[in-house]
Amino acid sequence: MPRDSLITSEDDIDVGLDLAGEDEVFSSNEGHERERHRGKRRDGDGEKKKRKKRRRKGAHRAEEGEDEVQTRHERREREKRRRAKNDQEAKGRERDEEERVQTTSGKVAKTKKNIRNENTRRRVEEEEVEVEERLEKRKKKHGSAKKEEKKEDEGKQMVKEKEREVKKKKHKKVVETSSEQETSEEEDDKEEDSKDEEMRPECLTPEELEKLKEAVDERKKLIQSLRGKPWPMKKKLVTLRESQEFVEKYEGALGKGKGRKLYAYKVMMTKKWMKFQRDFENFKTACIPWEMKIKEIESHFGSSVASYFIFLRWMYGINMILFGLTFGLVMVPEALMGRPYGSMPRKTVPRSEETSAMDFAVLWDFGGYAQYSVLFYGFYNNQRAIGWLKFRMPLSYFLVGVGTVAYSYMVVIRTMARNANESGVGDDNSFNFSWKMFTSWDYLIGNPETADNKFASITTSFKEAILEEQESHKDDNIHLTRFLRVLANFLVLCCLAGSGYLIYFVVRRSQKFALDGLENHTWWERNEVNMVMSLLGMFCPMLFDVISTLENYHPRVALQWQLGRIFALFLGNLYTFIIALMDEINLKREEEKIVKFNITTWEASLYNGTISENSTAPSITINPADVPRGPCWETMVGQEFVRLIISDTMTTYITLLIGDFLRAVLVRFLNYCWCWDLEAGFPSYSEFDVSGNVLGLIFNQGMIWMGAFYAPCLPALNVLRLHVSMYLQCWAVMCCNVPQERVFKASGSNNFYMAMLLVILFLSTLPAIYTIVTIPPSFDCGPFSGKNRMFDVIHETLESDFPAWFSKVFSYASNPGLVLPFILLMVLAIYYLQSTSKSYRQANVELKKKLQTQNEENKKKNKRAALKAQMDLEEARKAASQAAEEQKNNNASLQGQEADEEENYVSSHRLYHGKNGRNPPPMNGDRQLLASRAPGPRTYHHGNHGASGYLPGFSEPRMCRVPSLQRH
Amino acid sequence: MGNKQTIFTDEQLDAYQVRLVCVFYSRLHGRYHELAPHLVPMDYTNEPDCKLPLALIVNMPELKENPFRNRIVESFSEDGMGNLSFNEFVDMFSVLSEMAPRELKAIYAFKIYDFNVDNYLCKEDLEKTLNKLTKEELTPEEVQLVCEKAIEEADLDGDNKLSFADFENMITRAPDFLR
Repeated sequence: MPRDSLITSEDDIDVGLDLAGEDEVFSSNEGHERERHRGKRRDGDGEKKKRKKRRRKGAHRAEEGEDEVQTRHERREREKRRRAKNDQEAKGRERDEEERVQTTSGKVAKTKKNIRNENTRRRVEEEEVEVEERLEKRKKKHGSAKKEEKKEDEGKQMVKEKEREVKKKKHKKVVETSSEQETSEEEDDKEEDSKDEEMRPECLTPEELEKLKEAVDERKKLIQSLRGKPWPMKKKLVTLRESQEFVEKYEGALGKGKGRKLYAYKVMMTKKWMKFQRDFENFKTACIPWEMKIKEIESHFGSSVASYFIFLRWMYGINMILFGLTFGLVMVPEALMGRPYGSMPRKTVPRSEETSAMDFAVLWDFGGYAQYSVLFYGFYNNQRAIGWLKFRMPLSYFLVGVGTVAYSYMVVIRTMARNANESGVGDDNSFNFSWKMFTSWDYLIGNPETADNKFASITTSFKEAILEEQESHKDDNIHLTRFLRVLANFLVLCCLAGSGYLIYFVVRRSQKFALDGLENHTWWERNEVNMVMSLLGMFCPMLFDVISTLENYHPRVALQWQLGRIFALFLGNLYTFIIALMDEINLKREEEKIVKFNITTWEASLYNGTISENSTAPSITINPADVPRGPCWETMVGQEFVRLIISDTMTTYITLLIGDFLRAVLVRFLNYCWCWDLEAGFPSYSEFDVSGNVLGLIFNQGMIWMGAFYAPCLPALNVLRLHVSMYLQCWAVMCCNVPQERVFKASGSNNFYMAMLLVILFLSTLPAIYTIVTIPPSFDCGPFSGKNRMFDVIHETLESDFPAWFSKVFSYASNPGLVLPFILLMVLAIYYLQSTSKSYRQANVELKKKLQTQNEENKKKNKRAALKAQMDLEEARKAASQAAEEQKNNNASLQGQEADEEENYVSSHRLYHGKNGRNPPPMNGDRQLLASRAPGPRTYHHGNHGASGYLPGFSEPRMCRVPSLQRH
Repeated sequence: MGNKQTIFTDEQLDAYQVRLVCVFYSRLHGRYHELAPHLVPMDYTNEPDCKLPLALIVNMPELKENPFRNRIVESFSEDGMGNLSFNEFVDMFSVLSEMAPRELKAIYAFKIYDFNVDNYLCKEDLEKTLNKLTKEELTPEEVQLVCEKAIEEADLDGDNKLSFADFENMITRAPDFLR
């Protein structure tokens, strides 16, 4: 385009120069006008080009008769509208035109003009513009004519002259049309246009104006919605061009270019915006850690396995926050601002351990230097405020401990509530299979690997859906199932009771052994508890699994039962652990008492000695490593937990490597030289054990919550562990496991896991809170040393750091007389909310049921209606065939008459349709139907109306015509 | 713009209206030309009549991984055999682009899934669709079950096949169908 326009403008300049050379008399005003002409001429240029295009298109179209007809009709319409538009433009203008008409018809009213001289002057100038525009156009074609007219222009600027020119020009144009066939189309239009104006100078009614406006709007809409039309590109192009021309004509040049540019801009922006949105979505997904890995696993192993990994990821998030709390508010301040290592006894490795404090075995056990570091409770000093920030270390330690637990509760409860909300709404499953079939493929996939994953995921999702469907239609012997389920539960209960008793028995025995002293017992007796626990943990789940096959549950329900049972079993594990821990604590406290007594005597002896030897120097510096100290049971507890976590992690990884990886390798490679098919037969590949892994995760988290108060490093360790196991398990699943035989659908946000987590959280906070509240802290280690109870730190802070009135208020608020009513109120509120939510849920369920039944009813109704329609159709057909036969007879008798009237009818018929093309476009099938449906024997006049079936020769043209008329 | 003018005449470009589109348009032509340099002329000024066979188009990276690639190309071709002229080629891309409205997509999706071009999705069509989607990893019974369920869900008039009305009714409510 630019090249083209460039050429035009050069041409323009040429002409302009030419004009400037010749017309020196032109006033500045007119010069300005000329400028406008130029612009218009450019427009005219474009128009011309389009005209050419259309001409070409027209030639193309000539092949298809119907389009030709349509365009012609359209043009006529356009002309009509244009007329309307012109009229609409200005009333004054209209009058002007009237004038022109009068002048052209030869009745010049000079007097009139003189009277209205001032008024008309401007309009005339406008007209001039138009005139000159045409003139210029013509000039281009005929250089000679231009000069002649220019001279005329130069000479007179009188209105009259101009008008004569107009006349002349028109005349010339007519001549041109005859000579130049190419330009005839558009010129013809204009000619007709002006003629029409001459014929109908009166203005259009407002309704017509409205119509015109509507038509323009319609076209515009068409242009806008053209994208959405399911037509082939060719047709789209034709329609687009036509409607564009239409709009251009009647919208005027005003704002057209701008509109188009705006449209282009809009399209571009929408595209950009969409792309941005997509990128942003991708970015968001990329920001979710391990999303791709989990999706990949989900596509191959189903949503149940994926739900474990999603749970793992969620756990990782929680632990990150816990880690942030403990690390940022406890460990770092102490390490940076607290007293350095070796400055006090609690921060120094005692002399007796110094030699082995750096050994790897000791460090691995979290003894030696690891024990006397920020990782454990004992390292922290009881100094009230540390560093230049006056950081309240003991208070912070206490609050972080409490906050960890509180935050965990909050998050778990909130997640549960959200999940319940999501599941409460439920998704519309009315088109489950159809949607899966028609919308599951992502057309943006271009990567073979992604495509493979997508195939797998679609297959998996279909399998899940099929399973659901099968399960919902399963109807077995209900009595047998019930009996089997009761039996299974009985067996499981027996198992649990047995293992519970076993654990109790073993723990009691081990306590007895511990009192006797561990040295005089065998290895088995010493490790009895651990061995029993791990054996139970290994075999009971298998037993449960076998038992659960009796029950014949849906696999999702079965998984939940399995989880619940193993959970109960593991509670025994927890119980033994806590018992052992409490025993240990009591033992240490006994020891502590003795040490305390010893220390006082030791100090007394020390002071006595110094005073007697040297009275002038009372302060003897004793190396902190040499100071005798208590056993510090808090650190001991923390160490236990850390060790437990480490060993647990190790066992998980090792079993993963041996049980899954090694097995897979063996099965894979021994299969080449083995007597039976290892892959399909006995060992085969392992399946991913969802229940075991989830429970492992949950219990591990329970340990963290229990121990985090005494070992601030625990969350950090757990984060590390979860991180590693995420990668390791993802890898293991993808490379050595096979998908379960029955893939079932599990929601990604499983509330069952959360419920178990909540129970564990509750159970694990109980002992922690018990120890904090009831057992006095060690006298020489930890942030609370020297206090009677750990929570005294709150009191202390209230008294010393807050104004007096605050502590007063606090003491009032903690008065049982106030607390009890408050608790009562809360209970009442909970009760109220619960009952309302229950009623809401009920209403919801009811509504859902109603909707469903209504849907089904609708479907049935539809089906019935369709059936009925079919029947009717059949009947009509039958009747029609009968009628046709009768008609034949009739026809035979009336044929002579009909032949005469046929032509008559057809022409009238056509006219009728031409005037109001309201008839529906008859389709092939429809026409036959129409014909066959025509009921009863018909007289001759009847036949005229529905005769299309009987007059095949004449019905054809109508077929072409009607759709073309229908368009507008 | 010099490059474009060697391919299309100005009118041709103008016909595609929005000038910005020119860029995409000629780029698209570049893709079209790339597929078969010996078949497609670079000069489109005199509207040559050439068509690309299915096998070439199906191998475009956009379609290569699509299980319905053959159907897509076939349903856009005029002769139903998968030979695409440039106009049809443009057509295909405009429908597959994300700018295309949902209704249009639904119409063409119906055409694509209608394997035996009878304007109905019958059971055979569904079976073919399913087998293409899952790479034939489902057992015949499962396929049967799924097809029956799908028809049962979406069929409103009880003729055991899906007309376009059924299809549209179903697909416009789908959450995954591009909005």
